Amino acid sequence: MPDGYVVENLNEVKAFTKPVVIKSQILLGGRGKSGGIKFAKTEADLKKGVSELLGSKIRDYTVSKVLIEEMIDIQKELYVSVTLDRTSRSPIIMATSQGGVEIETLPRENIFIKTVDPILGYSDFMAREAIKFMGLSPEIGKQFTGILRKLYEIFEEKDCELVEINPLVITGEGKLIAADAKVIIDSDSIFRHKEFNVVDPEKTPLELEANAAGYSFIELNGNIGVIANGAGLTMATLDALTLHKGYPRNFLDLGGTDNVEIVAKAFEFVLKANPKAILVNIFGGVTKCDTVATGIVEAKKRYKIAQQIVVRLSGVKEDEGRKILSDAGIEAFPGMMKAIERVVKIAGGN
Amino acid sequence: MSSFVDEKTKVIVQGITGHQGSFHAGEMLKFGTKIVAGTSPGKGGSKFMDKVPVFDNVSETIHLKPDATMISVAAPYVKDAALEAIYSGIKIIYILTEHVPFHDSMEIVHNARRMGSIVLGPNGPGITAVGKCKIGIMPNKIFKKGKIAVASRSGTLTYEIVNAITEAGMGESTVIGLGGDPVVGMNYIDVLKEFEKDDETEEIVLVGEIGGSNEEIAARYIKDNVSKKVVAYITGRSAPQGKRMGHAGAIIEKGVGTAESKIKAFGEAGVKVAEYPVDIPSLLE
Repeated sequence: MPDGYVVENLNEVKAFTKPVVIKSQILLGGRGKSGGIKFAKTEADLKKGVSELLGSKIRDYTVSKVLIEEMIDIQKELYVSVTLDRTSRSPIIMATSQGGVEIETLPRENIFIKTVDPILGYSDFMAREAIKFMGLSPEIGKQFTGILRKLYEIFEEKDCELVEINPLVITGEGKLIAADAKVIIDSDSIFRHKEFNVVDPEKTPLELEANAAGYSFIELNGNIGVIANGAGLTMATLDALTLHKGYPRNFLDLGGTDNVEIVAKAFEFVLKANPKAILVNIFGGVTKCDTVATGIVEAKKRYKIAQQIVVRLSGVKEDEGRKILSDAGIEAFPGMMKAIERVVKIAGGN
Repeated sequence: MSSFVDEKTKVIVQGITGHQGSFHAGEMLKFGTKIVAGTSPGKGGSKFMDKVPVFDNVSETIHLKPDATMISVAAPYVKDAALEAIYSGIKIIYILTEHVPFHDSMEIVHNARRMGSIVLGPNGPGITAVGKCKIGIMPNKIFKKGKIAVASRSGTLTYEIVNAITEAGMGESTVIGLGGDPVVGMNYIDVLKEFEKDDETEEIVLVGEIGGSNEEIAARYIKDNVSKKVVAYITGRSAPQGKRMGHAGAIIEKGVGTAESKIKAFGEAGVKVAEYPVDIPSLLE
């Protein structure tokens, strides 16, 4: 890592001695492209850069800290990462001597790719193969091996989806320096990594609130609130709405539940997103239709829902469920397509 | 014949006394599944529903010669349960549990492969050989014995499609939930090989979703290796980039895993793709 320090206001900036890079400290990739990185060759540049970045907004995130780092004498930029390859269900090592850009933009033949058997694990010959592929000198190669070994260790120990150094810089003095790095941890592994205090930076406050209450919830841009059961069916509901020129406001998967309260409370988050109409699409199995219907009636009363609710109930206890709803004056359909058409008509496009 | 399981398959349930495990084991018995034992550490010696013996460990069930196991234990304990089954020589391992760390899944899958076991899931609804054997949580009532095999990455959406096939007067041979995680034991190709061999299957339905490129790989495989008619449905057309759509595996990452790419790949392989789940029956014979 290059030498550097973090500041939260202009008074903390130390005296200027050599050229530096000023980097916004936010949990987002691609900050360079978004204007979150500035270069300073003079003291005036440095102060201007820090004051411009602090308090600025990068894709909804306010910059509260910046890192001031020595400008490295860059001779070459490499790339190295360990990530999951879903198809082989194995970790893969990727490396290239054309770092500094997003790896997806490079032709496949310029990237070294090694599939690692997760049982056999990493061994240094993999680094040797990468070094040969990239044509690195023995001195740089030695440093590269140490870095790759460590990367794989982190990938395994911390349950990572990705550990990436980009660029991995070869300096004028012949040193390898990790100029920027990104680590993604598998959120399903958090129970055994109490060392991480995780807040997903990509999630909105409402998403975080709904997730904390146990719902799989995503905000979207439309005006139709959506509640369905099962991730696949919920996605299919959004797709069908979109194909009908309707615009979903959210994704909410109830999961498998037979609890009235879980159904009723789901409306709280959908209502906070302020939709024009609400669609509930249920294929009953473990989640029984009468339970869902009771939950909807309860929510309508509790949250005094003014918006029209359109419900599709099919599967276990569908007749009982539709009766409960029609008694409460809520529209219920047996088929998904009729319900989709109806709710799109009510919401009237975006 | 059916794929992976049939009327002779002897099943054990790991986690049979848990809330989920006990409910679904009961439903499986009603379906006709041969559950020969269950396990639950500390509850050995009891009986489930007065007939299925419960043991502390899988090794104690070996004398009953189980062919398959259903794992329904909490995510942190899944790896141990799966390795226990692999060590005991059980050949088919279905993992229902959601939120298993994928590093654990990698270890499970690669160890199983070395020991000659097959893993399905994690995070799937199970496998059903209609009229013969059900492992998992699919509703019993949606099936009708027939010639159509279904493989899917989701649960409820699979029921929706199976139900539509049944209501259209057709029926199913084997229905397999592959699981909604980024790392699962069986991909489409693995089950396509079985469906192609199965004399009870005439047509195949693949239900895919955004994330990864296994649908694209399946499409290329179908073109050269599958003689039976294959149709598909892909969900996630409207999903934004970079968001996990409920399933850990359902995410478009850096442009990879889009619905368009999968629909295009199927199109090139001559596989018709339904616009809506309920349209699947109209694409079948």
